[in-house]
Amino acid sequence: MKRHLLSAADLTRDDAELVLSTAAELRDLADRPIKKLPALRGRTVVNLFFEDSTRTRISFEAAAKRLSADVINFAAKGSSVSKGESLKDTALTLEAMGADAVVVRHGASGAPHRLAHSGWVRSSVVNAGDGTHEHPTQALLDAFTLYRHLGVDDRGRFRPGGLEGRRVAIVGDVLHSRVARSNALLLQTLGAEVTLVAPPTLLPVGVETWPVDTSYDIDRVLPGVDAVMMLRVQRERMNGGFFPTPREYSRRYGLDARRMATLQDHTIVMHPGPMVRGMEITADVADSDRSVIVEQVTNGVAVRMAVLYLLLGGNESGA
Amino acid sequence: MCAQEVPPHQPSEPSQPGHPSQSGQPSQAVGRTVLDERDIARALTRISHEILERNKGGRDLVLLGIPSRGVPLAHRIAERIEAVEGYAVPVGSLDVTMYRDDLRLKPARALMRTDIPADGIDDRVVVLVDDVLFSGRTIRAALDALNDVGRPSAVRLAVLVDRGHRELPIRADFVGKNLPTSLVERVQVRLADTDGVDAVTISEGTGGEAAR
Repeated sequence: MKRHLLSAADLTRDDAELVLSTAAELRDLADRPIKKLPALRGRTVVNLFFEDSTRTRISFEAAAKRLSADVINFAAKGSSVSKGESLKDTALTLEAMGADAVVVRHGASGAPHRLAHSGWVRSSVVNAGDGTHEHPTQALLDAFTLYRHLGVDDRGRFRPGGLEGRRVAIVGDVLHSRVARSNALLLQTLGAEVTLVAPPTLLPVGVETWPVDTSYDIDRVLPGVDAVMMLRVQRERMNGGFFPTPREYSRRYGLDARRMATLQDHTIVMHPGPMVRGMEITADVADSDRSVIVEQVTNGVAVRMAVLYLLLGGNESGA
Repeated sequence: MCAQEVPPHQPSEPSQPGHPSQSGQPSQAVGRTVLDERDIARALTRISHEILERNKGGRDLVLLGIPSRGVPLAHRIAERIEAVEGYAVPVGSLDVTMYRDDLRLKPARALMRTDIPADGIDDRVVVLVDDVLFSGRTIRAALDALNDVGRPSAVRLAVLVDRGHRELPIRADFVGKNLPTSLVERVQVRLADTDGVDAVTISEGTGGEAAR
């Protein structure tokens, strides 16, 4: 693997499957009495969060701690950032503290790239979501969840190439979703076929250059897919009329029990969270047997452990 | 890495399916065969009896193979114990990658399978099984890994080949064959389960191979 994880596009198929198979071994750790491995003992991981986050930050923190790394949490609120400190000066501070990895979430697309390639820090940089650009570890944990349901062999073991030809629909606010972009790129790398479903106003400009199909009609797409990924409507990023009313959006693009009944028997329902029940997904769907939304969170810790281990656990120059 | 003169765990280096094998292709291995299929079978049968004799039966045993080649060896020993005693003993695998002392000297390695039998290892006699005992560093890592899994009443070590050159105060309780070697020599264990053939060969390592 490369030294940083900035984009799902950086991952080759071998890289991605290495992360996923490593995560598969690490997931069993959650069932053991001592949930800790010594691989990153003495390493420091800084969680640098300029945007609010619950599950991603906690997930990275749990992952780093289970690998015995020291974790420093940095939230922009209550820090010198609110006094006007720049990204550069914050980065230089972290460098002076000797961080081995910086997990960064930032409202501006490209901030992690800037951090990794400006020479401000020597540490590995992991993108934990930048603006409306990318969220590669979310894509990895979604792929991991897909593998566990669709890509294992008879003995329940991870099967390389297990997503080849599988169909995944990503439905909702694609325009503002970094999860959708990272997922589209990674799933394409892993051989799955992705269809984006959204109203025309919520598809990004240039979507025709993405390796995906697009559709405006959810009811035509649902019966043919192996997994449905619902996206939250990111109203905090919207200043304009993208759809007439929430009620109309919900009726045309929300996943309810009636639509769920048109899915194939093995199809799973995913959501990266946080969900807005009643908007893009109804409560009875979110709580149904098909929903793997809670499992996604569990898988997130294992996948982030795998990423941190593969980035920090060894020494590339020692090869 | 080339400066390191000893390949502490070279023979048991995992050759994962789907990834290029680091330990060379089996067909390339030209060397003297020191144990053939029947020798290996006899050695494992003797080890199995020694384990039972030493332990006065197999009721509280758990066999844990160290991937990759320790795992099929552990299963073979378990088959023999079952044939003698008439009951199955739990078999599992214990990956020690994250506990290695040279983890930071090399690129991050893929993890192998850890599979602890359902009843755990607490208050049981754990027999670690590996193919080659060399520096002892793999076994040290395995003891650390065991520590995080539970508290066995005792830990024993069974190896197919002991080639000497220990770097830590570790010894095997059950040895298939003591094989005096020089540091530049290369001991390769091949098993039907992973390599298609049962054989232990010894060859003069070329400089590059010995340093790996």
